[in-house]
Amino acid sequence: MVVTQVLVSGLLVGGIYALVAIGLTLIWGILDVINFAHGSYVMVGMYVAYFAWSLLGLDPLAALPFDAVILGAAGYLTYRFVIRPVMGKSALSQIVITFGLLMLLEGGAEVLWTPNSRGVPNPVSSHLNVHLGGIVLGGPQLVGFVGAILFTLVLAGFINFTRTGNALRATGEDRMGAAVMGINVERMNTLAWVLGLACTGIAGALLMNTYTVDPQAGVTFGLIAFIAVALGGFGSVLGAGIAGLLLGMVQSLVSLYASQYGLAALVGLFLVVILVRPTGILGVR
Amino acid sequence: MTLLKLTDVGRRFGGLRAVDGVSFSVERGEIRGLIGPNGAGKSTLFSLIAGSLRPTAGRIFYEGGEVTGWKAHQAATAGVARTFQLMRVFSSMTVLENLMVGSYLRHPRRGEARARAEEILHLVELSAQADVPARSLTVASKKRLEIARALATGPRLLLLDETLSGLTPAEGREAVAMVRRINDTDITIVMVEHVMEVVMPLCDRVVVLDHGRMISEGTPAEVSQDRAVIDAYLGLP
Repeated sequence: MVVTQVLVSGLLVGGIYALVAIGLTLIWGILDVINFAHGSYVMVGMYVAYFAWSLLGLDPLAALPFDAVILGAAGYLTYRFVIRPVMGKSALSQIVITFGLLMLLEGGAEVLWTPNSRGVPNPVSSHLNVHLGGIVLGGPQLVGFVGAILFTLVLAGFINFTRTGNALRATGEDRMGAAVMGINVERMNTLAWVLGLACTGIAGALLMNTYTVDPQAGVTFGLIAFIAVALGGFGSVLGAGIAGLLLGMVQSLVSLYASQYGLAALVGLFLVVILVRPTGILGVR
Repeated sequence: MTLLKLTDVGRRFGGLRAVDGVSFSVERGEIRGLIGPNGAGKSTLFSLIAGSLRPTAGRIFYEGGEVTGWKAHQAATAGVARTFQLMRVFSSMTVLENLMVGSYLRHPRRGEARARAEEILHLVELSAQADVPARSLTVASKKRLEIARALATGPRLLLLDETLSGLTPAEGREAVAMVRRINDTDITIVMVEHVMEVVMPLCDRVVVLDHGRMISEGTPAEVSQDRAVIDAYLGLP
């Protein structure tokens, strides 16, 4: 019973890992740029939800759409002014610039908002606990999971079944091939950043139901998203989603027996998969 | 009516003049051949016309308007489609999805884009493979898919880059018939080709490039008698 409870709790957390990872894999898949600052944007998304509560009295769930829009706008600005100048440059300059973004966002958060942890007490979702045959599904976690899975499904449907989604995938496969099909590749790059960071905004709002935020809060999520993307196969949306759920469960299970080693287990799992199957679980490249 | 006109078009890469002072016009409805030895600048010239590269000299006109330095997606939207010498199908997408990338350009609604893609699949006889990933096609089928994908964008000018090379004689004859059928639907064609036996019967007029310069232009019969062309192909100074 305890193990089931732990696995279910892990699955619920995994939903959010999946959402963060999908944002990361979208940007990677379409632009071939790894966003090392991805976790920092989750942190910013958490602050947006926190301030929506402290300044406007909004519950994190009510703040969710605004959080998505604000982080989506951040995605536009980031692409336009930071990433576009290094497109077509060496991989090293792209790594350095997104790493620089990470430093800037975390440092900026320390200066603006102090290193103190802040949380939203008693969110609406905390009254939504579900008891299911002896297992408790915590309301905040449940809401986070359902929200993350819903948004993931919407995104997957968009990518697979719409004109723009088709153009996004074509751009990810071959930029020049997509351009001669009449696709404005520049616009697809922008869209990938907007959608990718909107995912972090939604994740940030969902996380504020359970977690507290401080300037370092994004580090773990960034790392786990990175592991999920590598496990799922770089650029594979479905793979990143499944890997995110899996990582949540593994972390939760390991923590049950050795509470300090939850994250270490994920990094260990990552090493094993990279050694055994470098293309990831669902990767083809 | 003149569909495409190049005046003194050139492209330099550092000190290398890949294309140098090329001028010719293509009439609507023509099949135009573009031939020349390896490294003559044929593919570069295609890239200049289709917007994948910017010319460093000269001007390009399409349907009467100047289009020098336009972008690849603008060219496609205006009705200029191209294929690549090295096939560039979207390999993890299905054959049908590959075609829909193109057909969405004229049919923004999913249902119509799909219907148009299926029509073209039928035309190039790939219907049986509609739902397989493009990477699993044979070379000949990939070439057909690439032409089909270009057709799906609804072009008025189609640039074919060595579509017929590397095929078996039987596949080659089929491909020649297909080029004719495409041309019959009021699509003007410019084709880069190495195989003279293909160019001769198919093309109305031929442009010959060597070291980026245009050394001859005329009917296939005329250029094959041209001293400069014979020298270029046989490697005489």
